[in-house]
Amino acid sequence: MATILTVDDTASMRQMISFTLSSVGHEVIQACDGHEALMLLKGKKVDLVIADINMPNMDGITLVKSLREQADYKFTPILVLTTESRESKRQQGKVAGATGWIVKPFNPEQLLNVVKKVLG
Amino acid sequence: MAIDMRQFHQTFFEESLEGLAGMETELLRLEKAAANNGHDTVAADPEILNTIFRAAHSIKGGSSTFGFEEVAAFAHVLESRLDALRDGRSRPDRRVINLLLLSVDCLRSLIISARTGKETDKNVIDGVRSQLESLESESRASVAPMMATSQTQTSATAHWHIVFRPHRRLFHTGNDPLRILRELSVLGEIKVQTDLADLPAWAQMDPEECYLAWNIELIGPVSREAIAEVFSWVVDDCTLEITAQPVQSLAPRSITEAVAFMDAHAGTLRVSVPKVDALINTVGELVITQTMLSQLTTNFSFDNLSRLFAGIAQLERNTRELQESVMHIRMLPLSFAFNRLPRLVHDMSQKLEKKVELVIHGEQTEIDKTVIDRLIDPLLHLVRNSLDHGIERPAERVAAGKSETGHIELKACQKGGNVVIEIRDDGRGLAYDRILTKAVERGLLPASAKPSPGEIVEMIFMPGFSTAEAVSDISGRGMGMDVVRNNIRSLGGGVEVSTQKGHGTCFTMRLPLTLAIVDGLSVQVGVHTYILPLVSIVESVRINPEQISRPAGSAELYGLRQEYMPLLRLYELFHVEPRSTDLAQGLLVIVEADGKKAGLYVDDLLGQQQVVIKSLATHYRKVEGISAATILGDGTVAMILDMTGLIRLAHAGGGRAAIPTGAASMTTAVTPTFN
Repeated sequence: MATILTVDDTASMRQMISFTLSSVGHEVIQACDGHEALMLLKGKKVDLVIADINMPNMDGITLVKSLREQADYKFTPILVLTTESRESKRQQGKVAGATGWIVKPFNPEQLLNVVKKVLG
Repeated sequence: MAIDMRQFHQTFFEESLEGLAGMETELLRLEKAAANNGHDTVAADPEILNTIFRAAHSIKGGSSTFGFEEVAAFAHVLESRLDALRDGRSRPDRRVINLLLLSVDCLRSLIISARTGKETDKNVIDGVRSQLESLESESRASVAPMMATSQTQTSATAHWHIVFRPHRRLFHTGNDPLRILRELSVLGEIKVQTDLADLPAWAQMDPEECYLAWNIELIGPVSREAIAEVFSWVVDDCTLEITAQPVQSLAPRSITEAVAFMDAHAGTLRVSVPKVDALINTVGELVITQTMLSQLTTNFSFDNLSRLFAGIAQLERNTRELQESVMHIRMLPLSFAFNRLPRLVHDMSQKLEKKVELVIHGEQTEIDKTVIDRLIDPLLHLVRNSLDHGIERPAERVAAGKSETGHIELKACQKGGNVVIEIRDDGRGLAYDRILTKAVERGLLPASAKPSPGEIVEMIFMPGFSTAEAVSDISGRGMGMDVVRNNIRSLGGGVEVSTQKGHGTCFTMRLPLTLAIVDGLSVQVGVHTYILPLVSIVESVRINPEQISRPAGSAELYGLRQEYMPLLRLYELFHVEPRSTDLAQGLLVIVEADGKKAGLYVDDLLGQQQVVIKSLATHYRKVEGISAATILGDGTVAMILDMTGLIRLAHAGGGRAAIPTGAASMTTAVTPTFN
């Protein structure tokens, strides 16, 4: 099973993602913003990053950009959480180097489907 | 516990085909409403739309439950399309209605293919499906905000061609073409060709760049949206072409095939609850009578004789009621046959560019299922004929001072033991002169003949006669009026035509209510009993030897009230020993079929009774002059005579033509089989 980092400033969201992914056997690491995420990833390799876009301290877009600059994370799948109405944010995420996105709201099943797709 | 789902399949097939027939009817109602208000679109009655939707919905549910994936996939597309109509997200116009009708055909052939394992015309079905699907995206575009949240739309087209050329930097977003191909393979069957054209020499290759491209064939119930969804993360990182394979319209063959299939294979019967209740009720009474009778006979004394008679009378009544109830189970309303016609008229009038209104009366008249099954072809043929030859084009009608829209009226009613069906049109009527010319051309009449109008009209029933100027693909498809008449006759019925030039034609079909029982007159010839169907008997007379004449040849003619008819001695025909060969000793039963009469010489009349028909062809073999057999009260077998055949024989063979001797010993040969 994979190691997945979830980055979100909303605790409930983090918990939901974490619970869902753990329930199928993934190891989940949580971070509350981009900053903490970068700290956690130092010297550690994860298979997938799921990051919210709007976060204090360091937002998701910046996080994606910084990760893509690291050799370890050049090709790692990174998914950003967006809402359907925020087309522009999604584009920003893409430009920054995100692999794809998950549209909010989503249910656990949809989340698992997307993760399964990405991890193969 | 494993449940064998196959046990439910038959029911599913039948209810689905019925549901489709219902859908068709309602769609045609919509079509008519659209035509009537002169606009293209129609504000549909929500109840109509609901009915149509429910039918598609049930088929979808059933087919996915029972594992008919193709049916389910198609029904799903249709359902979501209908859902949009029902919600008022889009309005049905004639184009949409026509497409929905085509979809009904597709579903029908898919269901039939699921049932028989016969291949469907995949291209046709895929074509209709992608048309449906494109309609859907049209309507979705117009209501984008509403549809935005629904991601599970998996409407379909069958054959997609996808060209996927990732940009070099695809890997830099963490995307992987393999993941995309894998996802596509989940949607349907895929054939992938990798395009290596851009692959550089080894030395120049940057392993972080993507040089490959792919040509993908995707076959499956997949919508463009679903494919686009797979590529959504990379759509800016690649060039992508998604094209559907071309669309065809449905070949009419599939419809005919489907209809024919429904006719031939509706092996089970769905019976309404009241009919079953009536049956159970009667059986209950029968049991009471039986109890009463057995009580009477346990300690029987002659004081109880009158009660015994009363009991037997009651038994008789119960039996008759039981018989009627059982007969009723086999009876279906004619609407089962008539339901096909609105669609036929709709399709054909479009093709022929005619305006036709079809009016149906008395579709609730009930008739034996077997009769219905075998009635459909002749009925379709007659209506086709009326449309093709009878009803004129709008301009021609206006010129003749008639309304632009032609009318075809279908009327059914029960008359005694028969059901009478009339097919009446207000078209141009039969053209006597053309029929006559054609008949002479075809050698059916000598050029010098001066037939009466009635005789001319009869010509259209002759084998090998067709007045169609060109053999259109509509009527004149090989089945002629002679076949129609033969089919009706084989059901024990008849068909007649009346026509008035410029005002129209009316075909009248007369059919027996049931094929299982016939009202007959039993007659005696020697030791044998024969049954003559009551419908064909005109009268019975004592023979006056002076009225017998033998003109040329050996044919005996009997003259009755200025009319001469061939005289058939049944004992000769069947090689049996009569009580007397002296005509004056016996009786002559005058019978009539197809407007021709014959006299049958018999020893005696025994009485009138209802007999249960047992097929001779099934139990023995087909014998000319005999339509079937029955078992009499004393257990002996009696032959039921085929009047049409006998009369034809009498008129053609001159009266002394005998049935081949094989038939003579038939009685003994057949008896054991029936016991």
